[in-house]
Amino acid sequence: MSIGLVTAGYIAASVLFILALGGLSDQEKAKRAVWYGIIGMGIAVFVTVFGPNVTSYWFLIPMIAIGSAVGVVVAQRVEMTGMPQLVAALHSFVGLAAVFIGINSYLHAPEGLTHAEEIIHEVEIFLGVFIGAITFTGSIVAYGKLAGQIDGKALILPYRHTMNIAGLVISVILMLMFLNGAGIWTLLLMTLIALAIGAHLVWAIGGADMPVVVSMLNSYSGWAAAATGFMLGNDLLIVTGALVGSSGAILSYIMCEAMNRKFLSVILGGFGGPSGPAMEIEGEQVAIDADGVAAALEEADNIVIVPGYGMAVAQAQQSISELTKRLRAKGKNVRFAIHPVAGRLPGHMNVLLAEAKVPYDIVLEMEEINDDFPDTDVVIVVGSNDIVNPAAQEDPNSPIAGMPVLEVWKAKNVFVSKRGQGTGYSGIENPLFYKENTRMFYGDAKASVDALLQRIS
Amino acid sequence: MKIGAPKEIYPGEARVAMTPQSALQLQKLGYECVIESGAGEAARFSDQDYKDAGVEVVKTAAALWKASDIIVKVRGPEEIEVKRFRKGQTLISFIWPAQNDALLKKLKTKGVNTIAMDMVPRISRAQKMDALSSMANIVGYRAVIEASNNFGRFFTGQITAAGKVPPAKVLIVGAGVAGLAAIGTAVSLGAIVYAFDVRPEVAEQIESMGAEFVYLDFDDEVQDGAATGGYAAPSSPEFREKQLEKFRELAPDMDIVITTALIPGRDAPKLWLKDMVEAMKPGSVVVDLAAEKGGNCDLTVMDEKVVSDNDVTIIGYTDFPSRMATQSSLLYATNIRHMIDDLTPEKDGEPVLNMEDDVIRSAMVTKDGEITFPPPPLKVQAIAAKTEKKPEKTAEEIRAEEAAAMKKAGQQQTMLLVVGGLLMLLIGAYAPASFMQHFIVFVLSVFVGFQVIWNVSHALHTPLMAITNAISGIIIIGALLQIGTGGFIVPLLAGISVLIASINIVGGFMVTRRMLAMFQKS
Repeated sequence: MSIGLVTAGYIAASVLFILALGGLSDQEKAKRAVWYGIIGMGIAVFVTVFGPNVTSYWFLIPMIAIGSAVGVVVAQRVEMTGMPQLVAALHSFVGLAAVFIGINSYLHAPEGLTHAEEIIHEVEIFLGVFIGAITFTGSIVAYGKLAGQIDGKALILPYRHTMNIAGLVISVILMLMFLNGAGIWTLLLMTLIALAIGAHLVWAIGGADMPVVVSMLNSYSGWAAAATGFMLGNDLLIVTGALVGSSGAILSYIMCEAMNRKFLSVILGGFGGPSGPAMEIEGEQVAIDADGVAAALEEADNIVIVPGYGMAVAQAQQSISELTKRLRAKGKNVRFAIHPVAGRLPGHMNVLLAEAKVPYDIVLEMEEINDDFPDTDVVIVVGSNDIVNPAAQEDPNSPIAGMPVLEVWKAKNVFVSKRGQGTGYSGIENPLFYKENTRMFYGDAKASVDALLQRIS
Repeated sequence: MKIGAPKEIYPGEARVAMTPQSALQLQKLGYECVIESGAGEAARFSDQDYKDAGVEVVKTAAALWKASDIIVKVRGPEEIEVKRFRKGQTLISFIWPAQNDALLKKLKTKGVNTIAMDMVPRISRAQKMDALSSMANIVGYRAVIEASNNFGRFFTGQITAAGKVPPAKVLIVGAGVAGLAAIGTAVSLGAIVYAFDVRPEVAEQIESMGAEFVYLDFDDEVQDGAATGGYAAPSSPEFREKQLEKFRELAPDMDIVITTALIPGRDAPKLWLKDMVEAMKPGSVVVDLAAEKGGNCDLTVMDEKVVSDNDVTIIGYTDFPSRMATQSSLLYATNIRHMIDDLTPEKDGEPVLNMEDDVIRSAMVTKDGEITFPPPPLKVQAIAAKTEKKPEKTAEEIRAEEAAAMKKAGQQQTMLLVVGGLLMLLIGAYAPASFMQHFIVFVLSVFVGFQVIWNVSHALHTPLMAITNAISGIIIIGALLQIGTGGFIVPLLAGISVLIASINIVGGFMVTRRMLAMFQKS
C-alpha cells in the first residue's frame, strides 16, 4: 500500500473519530457513534499494518490477537460499578505505551534530520516520555484508589509542592543535558522522576475529587498520544491525541465547575482548609423504618430519587429500578436527579441506572430538576452525601461552600438511605440529616430498598 | 413525684385527664400515678383498669390532693378545688387565663405553679401537646354527627329504586381545626361541602379536604394569619357586610350550617343572623360551635337545642368533647403526657419548670407566687411571615447585563487570540517547517475537540471517557511503525506496546458499546 493510500486512510479515520465524539450528544446517536470509532480505528490499524514501513507480521499479529483477546475478556467481565477502575487501568496502558515508543524513537532515530529538526525531535521524545510516565503511574494509583486497594484519602506529604517542582526542575535540566548529547541515561532518569511525580500527584488527591482525576488522566493519555505523533511525524496520532486530550480537559473543567473548585487546586490536591468554624447544626437525626418510608411513597405523587456512590457500592440499582417500575405503574411521577459529580466518574450514575434498565428520559440533570424540589412529595437519597449538602449554600465556612447542590431539603419529605451516622467519603458534616423534614433510613442501600419492595407491590 | 387526676366536678364533664394508657407512659418517666375513684367512669375507664395499669386509686378528692404533687385536670379548678391546693403543687389543666383573672389570682396566692394547656403555643414542636387542636378535632367531627342526627335526610346523594335523593349541602364557617375536621367528616359522609374563612390562605387547606372555598370579592383587607399566630382577627365593618351578604345568598340552599368562628379573647362574632335562619328550608340544621362564647348564630341558646319558627334546628351544645368522652380523654391524656414528658428532660420523675423553654414559658401562668401571664411574644413565629419578593429585573436591565457579559467575553476571547497568535509567531520564527506542518494539525484538532466535546450530554460522560480511552489506543500505530526495526530492545518494547494498546482499543470499544446498549427510553 502506498503512502498516499495510507494517508487517505488516516484522513478517513480522523473524520470518523471526530464524528464518534460528536455523536455522543444524545443517547440514540451515540450507538451509531461508537461504530464510527470502531471503523475509524479499524481503518487506521489496517492501513498502517499493510503500509510500506511494516514488515514483521509474524510478531505483530499474535501481539494484536492476544491484546484483543484480553480486551474482550476484560470488557465482558467488568461490573458496571467497576467502570472507574477499568477506565483508570486502561489509561495506564496508553501511558506505558507512550513511554516505550518514546524510548524506541530515541534508539531508532530517523535519519537525515537537520540540526534544528533533531533538537525538536529530541524535545518531542522527552515530552512524550514525560507525559506518558506520569499518565502511567498516575493511572495505576488512581486504579488502586478506586478499586479500594489503596486508601482513598489524600496523602499529604510535607513539602509536596516543593517535591513536585524539584522533580520538574531536575527534568528540565536533564532535558537540556539530553539535548546536548549526554546520552540515554538522562532520558531514563527523567522517566523514573516522572513516574514518581505521577504517583505522588494522584496520591495527594482524594475523596470527592476522584472524578476529576480520572478525566484528567484521560486528558493526559491523549496528550501523550499527541506527543508520540509529533515524534513519529504521524498526523493521525496528533489529531486523535489532541481530540482525546481536549475532551479530557473539558470533562475535568466541567467536573470542577460542578464542585465550584479551581482546577489547579484539585490537581495540586486536598480540599482548601475551611476558613472558620463550621456552622453548628441544630436538631437531631430521626430514624425511620421501611414501613414508614413505604407509607410515604404510597401517598406521594411526585417522587425524586437521588442516587450516589453508596448505591453503586451496595449494588442497589436493580432494586431501585424495580421500585421505580412499581411506583410508576401506580401512576406516580418518579424521576432521578443526578448531580454532575455523583459517583466516581463523570456520568457514573447514568450508566448504572441504564444498566438496571431505568429509562433515561426520567433521569435528569441537576439544572433540570433543581427547581422542582418544592413540588416534590418524597425525595429518596440513596447513598449520596455531599451533593445534597445544604451547607454548600448556608454555611460560608464549609469546605464545599458555593458548590452547586441538589436542593432536596425543599421537598416535603426527604428519606436518606445511609449505612450509619458517619460523615461519608469527604468527611463533611451534612445538616440535611438534621432537618425537620428529613428521616434517616439506616441500613445497606440494597437491603433497605429490598425491604421497601416487600411492602410496595 | 406523684401525679394525681381527680374526678371532674363540672356538671356534664365526662372527660378525665389520665387514662390507663397515659399512666403507663407517665410511670416510664419516673412518676407515680394516683386517681380518684370513679374519675374515669364517664369515659369508660373503670377503677380496675387503672389498678391494672399500676395506678393508685384513692377514695376522695381530698385524699388525692394530699397524695399528689402534680394535679392534672381537664377543666380549670372550681372554688372548692382551689382550696385543696397547697404551696408548691403544680396544676396542669385548661385555665383560659385571659378570661379567668380571679382564678389566676387565687392560684397565685395559693402558691400553685399552673400550666395552662390552652396556652400552649401553636408551633410545630408543641403540636403533640396542643390540646385545643385535639379537642377541636373531636368537636368538628361530633358537630357533623349531631347535625346528621337532627337532619331528616341522607348526606350523600343516591339514586335508588325508591326515588332520587339529592345530596345534602353543608356550609362550614371558619376553617380552623374544628372546621377542617367538620369538612372532612361531612365530605366522607357524602355531602357537598362549602367552607368559608376570613383568612384567604386557608383556601388551599379547605380544598385539600374536599370542600369548595367560598370566595368573597373583597380586595383591600387581606388578613395575614401569620401575624396573629394562626388565628383569625376581627374584621372591618365593610368586610363583615360583604360576608353577611354572601351568607344571605347561600342560606336558602344550605341544609346544614356549622359555624366555628372564634376570635381569641373576644365574644364570638355574629355571622348567621335571624333572617338567614328564616331563609333556610324547614328541617335544616345549624350547629353553633361558638355557643360557649355567645354563639355565631342569633338564635343559639347555649347548651341547648332549639327549633326556630320555620322548623330549623339550632344546636348550641358546648359539651361535644364530653359526648365522646373516651376518645377525647385518650387524646387529652396523651397531650398531658407529652407536656409532662417535656417537663421531665431527665426522665427521673422530677419536673423541671424551665422558663427558658418557649413552650413551657408560654403555658406557665402562675409560678412561685407570681402571675406569669401573659407570656412574652414567641421567638419562633407560628407561621413564617410572607417574605418580600425581590423586585424582578426589568427587560432592559437584563439586556444590559447580557450585553456587558457578552462584551466581557468578547474582550477575553480577543485577548486569548492575541496571546495565542503571538505564541504561534514565536514558535514559527524558530521551529523548522516540518514541525510547523504537524503543529497546525495539532492546533486545529484541539480546536475541533473543544467544539465537539461541549455538545456531549452530561449523561454520556462515562461513555465519552470510555470511547476516548479506546481512541487513545491509536498510539498502537506508533508501535506498529517501530516493530519491524532491527535489534532486540526496540521490537520488544514495540511489541509490548502493541499488545497493551490492543487491550485498550478492544476493551474500550466493547465497554462503550455495552454501556450505550443499556440506555433505553421508556
